[in-house]
Amino acid sequence: MNNLFTNTGSSSFSGFLGEHAPDLLPFRNQQLAAPVGDQIPHATTIVVVTCAGGVVMAGDRRATSGNIISQRDMQKVFRTDDYSCLGIAGTASTGIEMARLYQVELEHYEKMEGRSLSTEGKANRLATMIKGNLPMAMQGLVVVPIFAAYDPNLDAGRIFGYDVGGGPYEQFQYHSIGSGSIFAKGSLKKLYRENASPEDAVLTCVQALYDAADDDSATGGPDVTRKIWPAVAVITADGFRRLSDDEVAGYVQAMLEARMTDPDGPTAPLR
Amino acid sequence: MRDRAEYARKGIARGRSVVVMQYADGILFVAPNPSKALHKISEIYDRIGFAAVGRYNEFESLRLAGIRYADINGYTYNRNDVTGRGLANLYAQQLGMIFTDSIKSLEVEIVVAEVGDSAEEDQIYRLTFDGSVFDEQGMAVIGGQSEAVAGRLKERYRPGLPLGEALDAALVALTEPGGERSPVGQLEVAVLDRTREQRKFQRLAGPRLERLLTSSTPAPAPEPTLPEKGAPEVDTGPPTAPDGDIDTGSEP
Repeated sequence: MNNLFTNTGSSSFSGFLGEHAPDLLPFRNQQLAAPVGDQIPHATTIVVVTCAGGVVMAGDRRATSGNIISQRDMQKVFRTDDYSCLGIAGTASTGIEMARLYQVELEHYEKMEGRSLSTEGKANRLATMIKGNLPMAMQGLVVVPIFAAYDPNLDAGRIFGYDVGGGPYEQFQYHSIGSGSIFAKGSLKKLYRENASPEDAVLTCVQALYDAADDDSATGGPDVTRKIWPAVAVITADGFRRLSDDEVAGYVQAMLEARMTDPDGPTAPLR
Repeated sequence: MRDRAEYARKGIARGRSVVVMQYADGILFVAPNPSKALHKISEIYDRIGFAAVGRYNEFESLRLAGIRYADINGYTYNRNDVTGRGLANLYAQQLGMIFTDSIKSLEVEIVVAEVGDSAEEDQIYRLTFDGSVFDEQGMAVIGGQSEAVAGRLKERYRPGLPLGEALDAALVALTEPGGERSPVGQLEVAVLDRTREQRKFQRLAGPRLERLLTSSTPAPAPEPTLPEKGAPEVDTGPPTAPDGDIDTGSEP
């Protein structure tokens, strides 16, 4: 308990946790007897698209263990503070724990210092946390998040990608991670429009996720019978907003209707 | 021991008072504070706020420890498992330990307030330099002249006051009879608003605070927020000297 009063080193929560209660950190340096990656549920595809004055993140809802669908309604887009969010792909449990720690990390800094971290500061902090997970990643517990934020200094949305060793790699226009990301990126490349409205950007994300689910077995498409829709978050100068199920359902229905006659979705002009 | 208590009381009495009180939607914190950066009022966690008077470096380290305590418990268990009572106990232990073991006791008086889902579940704890905890009902006043301020506040306090009226009551209490109110720029005001999502703490400043003040100003108070009028009364410097009689701590 004494640590609570004497630790004045830095405003980092994970740094403090490492000293005060290291067993609570998601990343530990213990060796697993055998790689367990295949037996633990994996989260799959996340897409991020910048729009006029902000950024939109969307994720499918499926988690898989090998060929089994372990969860149909998983949430993998997390609000991290008023102006940022985090999407996770890879080992679901470690990813959720990392997102939870990261949320506290940002809030802790804000309360201690009386100001929010800069957007770059947030992105760098996440890189350090991913690097901390590297030993576990080598054992098969890979987590690769994607970070999106509204930057008040630029009045624009920004996207940061990572790899298992950390990062960050700033991405422009759009980005995608997870098993369906190859297909989602192909779709985004053709559907991305500069300075689209947030509404159009949401539709772009929903289309890209559908294209990913179309070709990747681990990515879940919209579940019409169970009414499970993609998780969508919009961040603008007004802050973080998660779209309600009804709102997302509207976008998905519009997309599905168009795909009834044109299953491959919208086409980009050739010239 | 007695010298130490005397010393702490004198240190605390030097600062201006801070008022913490319930209003219709939660808990209101009001502190006259000329500094924009050095806060007397702060957020600890979703539902918990902190107010302090006395030595800045001493209560600042208590504040930081409180944030560490809350964040680590919320992370270990769940956000709902962080309580104002737990935090008040932690502070009480630390203050009590320092009071008995150290050469110098902390010259601070603090309030830990937690907003509940309804007014009945709101909690306000006042802690003194020796680690005593007081479970206050409806309102708490800390700092120099806290008794006089509390007396004035009691006259105007009613349960369930709207925000504007509660703020007005707090400012009347913080102003000596016949004295001039602190201008808007020298007030630190915050609320724990139970109607907000997740993080209930919010600072009120700038235009929003001005609007609240003008909307609630009662007719009899003559020009409450015009510091340039009546030059001899202008008192905008930081609180460096006792505002009134020093609490000598000699009451039984």
